[in-house]
Amino acid sequence: MSRILLAFALLISFCASAQDTIKIGLVTALSGQSARAGEAITRGLQVAIDELNAKGGVLGRKFELVRRDDEATPAKGVIAARELLFREKVAVLFGGLDSPVSIAIVPIVNEAKVPMMGPWAAGTPITKNGAKDNYVFRVSAVDEIVDKAMLQYSQRTFNAKNCGMILVNNPWGESNEKGLTAALAAKNMKAAGIEKFEGNDVDVVPQLTRLKSAGADCLFLVGNVGPSAQVVKSLDRMGWKPPIVSHWGPAGGRFTELAGPSAKDVHFIQTYSFFGKQSPVGQKVMKALMAKYPDYKGPGDITPAVGVANAYDAMMLTALAIQAAGKVDGTSIRDGYYKIGRYEGLIKTYNKPFTTEVHDAITENDYVWTQFIDNQIVPIGMKK
Amino acid sequence: MLASALLTGLGLGSMYGLLALGFYVTYAVSSTVNFAQGSSMMLGAVFAYAFSMRLGLPLPVSIAAALALCALYGLLVEAIAVRPFARRGSNAWLMATVALGIVADNVVLFTFGKEPRGFPVYFDGGISVSGMRVSWLQLAIPIVGLAAAAALSLFATRTRYGKAMLAVMQNPDAARLMGINVTRVVAVAYAASTLLAGVAGIMIAPLSNVHSDMGTLFGLKAFAVAILGGITSAWGVMLAGLLFGVAEALITAFLGSAYTQILSFTLVIVALAIMPDGLFGRAAVKKV
Repeated sequence: MSRILLAFALLISFCASAQDTIKIGLVTALSGQSARAGEAITRGLQVAIDELNAKGGVLGRKFELVRRDDEATPAKGVIAARELLFREKVAVLFGGLDSPVSIAIVPIVNEAKVPMMGPWAAGTPITKNGAKDNYVFRVSAVDEIVDKAMLQYSQRTFNAKNCGMILVNNPWGESNEKGLTAALAAKNMKAAGIEKFEGNDVDVVPQLTRLKSAGADCLFLVGNVGPSAQVVKSLDRMGWKPPIVSHWGPAGGRFTELAGPSAKDVHFIQTYSFFGKQSPVGQKVMKALMAKYPDYKGPGDITPAVGVANAYDAMMLTALAIQAAGKVDGTSIRDGYYKIGRYEGLIKTYNKPFTTEVHDAITENDYVWTQFIDNQIVPIGMKK
Repeated sequence: MLASALLTGLGLGSMYGLLALGFYVTYAVSSTVNFAQGSSMMLGAVFAYAFSMRLGLPLPVSIAAALALCALYGLLVEAIAVRPFARRGSNAWLMATVALGIVADNVVLFTFGKEPRGFPVYFDGGISVSGMRVSWLQLAIPIVGLAAAAALSLFATRTRYGKAMLAVMQNPDAARLMGINVTRVVAVAYAASTLLAGVAGIMIAPLSNVHSDMGTLFGLKAFAVAILGGITSAWGVMLAGLLFGVAEALITAFLGSAYTQILSFTLVIVALAIMPDGLFGRAAVKKV
């Protein structure tokens, strides 16, 4: 009888401890072409959670990460998000790197009144979703701001006057088509041409030939790692070497292996680099990452850095929001984000990062331009 | 722009043609096809990558071993997904071949890995023709495609097995009475079909990436090509592949990529509406 009572007591204590954790959900690509990016987000979140849990968590409760693979597919992402929201009852849902998936999940979180935090996907409509009651926040780049930065970089670095767009044919590509067109229009300019390609296209030569014939003197590239590699390979086959100014798609995987030696010619945007002199927070995070993940032996191994860094800061800001909310219901946490004051983070020192109007914590001043040298993402010009 | 589009179109078109020839070979001798021909193409690329990059074997050895395994896979497809159903007069082979393809894709996903891998470019370099750069690989792809079609044609007309195949095509029962092992001929046709798909996979891999679902869209387009060509004509199927590839590339180059899929598949529908038996096919004669 005493054994049964003991087992019952253990079961109750187990249930209580399981209930005690604050669940953080993550829906991202953990397989396929962008698996590395999903893993980077996971690691950034996990290191932040370990750090928070070592200090006792928040509101006396520790954090627990629950992940689901969306396979970069909106339909699978929606199923995974519903499971995490309604069965696992996560306090905050983190999104992944694919804008189409995040865009599909946004209406669900707004209806469920559970905050969603985006550590990667940059589609403008994710946070600017038009909902009256908006529960979506982001610690990452935003397409419309990135697009302005891409135009500015192409002019400043390459003296480009007639850029063409080569964009993946999905909602992310569309979001950037609008952003780049608007950025060009603001300077009374027009694109040399706008070309789309499918993610699994083998040959992008016809589209690139159109841009070349239209007199493009640089290319704006938007696509994830596989599609971006197809563009680079097609340019190689054509023997055409225009400057390539890219969104951050190439950062998501084995870009050098897939694109070949010309991978280094693609200049792409990032929000953080572990190369160079690190802040005290940067040193602390790098040390924690290398201690937890043996395959991280130096800054070059922490790739894609943007996934790790964005996820780390996003988790820390989420913990501050829950702390400020004082409880873990969705609306209180959402309002908690607005109460965050100053926080010395990895990417920057945040000062009141979120307001009812602004749900994006990263601004155009926080971007870093990078390239692949071998398998490492390094700031432009740091390595040859 | 025209020359560049033609080159791209001929390259991709010959690969569609190679896959479609696989449909032709098996349909001709057994009136059945492997609907997961795209998976066979993927296997060619994955096997060649695994042998050359992971086991470090020389490329020619890797390619030969990959093609041999592709042929073996074809025998497997015929033995477990076609013969048991066709023998009973059932059309369930249709679903069984699709199912086997899905199994193959997922086995590769688990064993090869989820991340796409880069295949080494084995014909590096190229030539410049009136300002347009043409890589050796771009030239090699249509040449290999047409050579494979020619080899298949020679095999059918000049070899003992080929002649047996032609006999089975004309009348399986009469061929059986003449002592031809029809079951074996059908099995060999399936091996040839997956071998052709393997060749396409190995040729495409350096242009693209190697991953478990690389053949899905190709398989679909190749089936459209096989129907367009009239599945009963080998050279018709190959020519339809080239036409489809060139049409795709020309539409993209001159009208823009937004119209590629819409117009190329609309053209297929229009062509089949006008010529229901395909561009080069012949209507089946029903004797009553």
